[in-house]
Amino acid sequence: MFAYILKRLIYAIPIALSVTVVSFVLVYLAPGDPLNAIAPADAPEEVIQALKSAYGLDKPVPVQYGLWLMRAVQGDLGLSIASGREVTAEVLSAVSNTLLLAGMAAAIGVVLGCILGALAGYRHGTWIDKAATALSVVGVSIPHYWLGLVLTILFSIWLPWFPAMGAGPGGSGEWLWDLEHLRYLVLPALTLSVIPMGIITRTVRALVADMLGQEFVTALRARGLSGGAVFRHVAKNTAPTVLAVAGLQIGYLMGGSILVETVFAWPGTGFLLNTAIFQRDIPLLQGTILVLCMFFVVLNLLVDILQPLIDPRMGRS
Amino acid sequence: MSATLPLPLPAAAAPAQPSRSYWTVVWRQLRRDPMAMASAAVLLLIVGAAVFAPWLAPADPYKASMIKRLLPIGSPGFLLGTDELGRDLLSRLMHGGRLSLLMGVVPVLAAFGIGTTIGLLAGYVGGRVNMAIMRVLDIFYAFPSVLLAVAISGALGPGMSNSLIALTLVFVPQVVRVAESVTTQVRQLDYIEAARMSGAGAFSIIRTHVLGNVLGPVFVYATGLLSVSMILASGLSFLGLGVKPPEPEWGLMLNTLRSAIYSNPWVAALPGVLIFVTSIAFNLLADSVRSAMDIRK
Repeated sequence: MFAYILKRLIYAIPIALSVTVVSFVLVYLAPGDPLNAIAPADAPEEVIQALKSAYGLDKPVPVQYGLWLMRAVQGDLGLSIASGREVTAEVLSAVSNTLLLAGMAAAIGVVLGCILGALAGYRHGTWIDKAATALSVVGVSIPHYWLGLVLTILFSIWLPWFPAMGAGPGGSGEWLWDLEHLRYLVLPALTLSVIPMGIITRTVRALVADMLGQEFVTALRARGLSGGAVFRHVAKNTAPTVLAVAGLQIGYLMGGSILVETVFAWPGTGFLLNTAIFQRDIPLLQGTILVLCMFFVVLNLLVDILQPLIDPRMGRS
Repeated sequence: MSATLPLPLPAAAAPAQPSRSYWTVVWRQLRRDPMAMASAAVLLLIVGAAVFAPWLAPADPYKASMIKRLLPIGSPGFLLGTDELGRDLLSRLMHGGRLSLLMGVVPVLAAFGIGTTIGLLAGYVGGRVNMAIMRVLDIFYAFPSVLLAVAISGALGPGMSNSLIALTLVFVPQVVRVAESVTTQVRQLDYIEAARMSGAGAFSIIRTHVLGNVLGPVFVYATGLLSVSMILASGLSFLGLGVKPPEPEWGLMLNTLRSAIYSNPWVAALPGVLIFVTSIAFNLLADSVRSAMDIRK
């Protein structure tokens, strides 16, 4: 078990390193000078040179990467070109908002997906199965940014139950765990939960239907176990796969919330990425991408480590 | 040198030489599937409306009119109302299908071509080359796909061709994985060894004996990507990273009509309906194709 965890940890290191390289190099794909965002086109040469050395842009790219990585490890992602503020602080406050949204969406999606999937698997071929399957197809096919608009129209404009924008009464202030703030979370979280809901329903349905046809279930039933006791066995056997799928989904939600955040003006990483892209704010862009991807890498690692804890067979191989 | 051994592959596998009978059977299966036929009909309708938009559309999709802004659905002369600049929405939706479908389908086609080639190479050569290629692709798996698409097209700068490149780059690693795993399985089969011993070159072995087995599973996988690609492509335009105004495109229209959700919500939601319908039709058709091609199992 310990060797397994160690192996996973060691395997994650090159991935994490390459993620830093990609996050850094990505922005150099772009044509044009990053300084265009702050320096006027007719700025004198000395000013441009001074700015370049201030942001470290006068050094060769590999050196810039080395310096950037050294500082990033220490938690310093540089200064935003557009706002002049520290990237780390901006990214961290945005990430906590995105994490809140993605976590809530994942919780709704996973719970609903498990219930629907189990029902569909147990009632294979009935109308419940068909309805759950249809719902899961809709879940994976719906453009969620559009669903966000539709939910806004229905539950914010027609029925003024929930606010349509922002993450609190003051627009985007500090998040608080009270009813007032939670109302702002409902629509974006519901919108985002549709994707994991569809995928988890599909997965659980297939797993449960497959499991119920296996001999060990027949044997358990033959021994006279109640329906609930049989279900516990089925649940235990489906858990590792569901965990793996759910873990990946949370990661996808962290990245995929960009569009939903735009719809609901949610002050998260999506908003930050948008700003960074359209203002060509390179440090902010690099920092946001890096932090999001690191979350994804760590999440994958966690899933890899948690899986054998649930299913001991995996740790032994 | 015609090798037609039955293959013990887990995935849907076409015979080494795609015989006419296999595809006839698949086609017959699909034709009997009402879901597949309904999805295909819907897609044909949408594609037809997009392709023939210049002849079918009732009005000029670019012609704006300040006094006819945001007319509701069913207004005389404007069947589906008008957008925020007074342009006929029906005409714009029909014309918009051209770019939206193009942006959704082209990345999958490109990834199908590029990914299959790389996957075949990695799988057939094997060894260190395989290791090197697959480890590099692992890096792309460390990025959630939406983030990767937004990051690449954001870095390259807004624009249609950059979005196409970004989406292709998102799908290539996934296609390579499928192609590589099937190629690796096929390569170890006896008839490949036999072909090699009888003096066939690597290229002709791949072309005549490997490709036929790999194309099936990769094709099935790629059809499943179409729906994702449609949603992502329109999503990029929705963010302002794809098609630029005044070009009609569903995602972009959804974005520019957003301010109208308070005054004219149904008109504002319409472009999304088309993205949704297209994407769900692609998904259902892909499911049907998958099960129809599975008959060999």
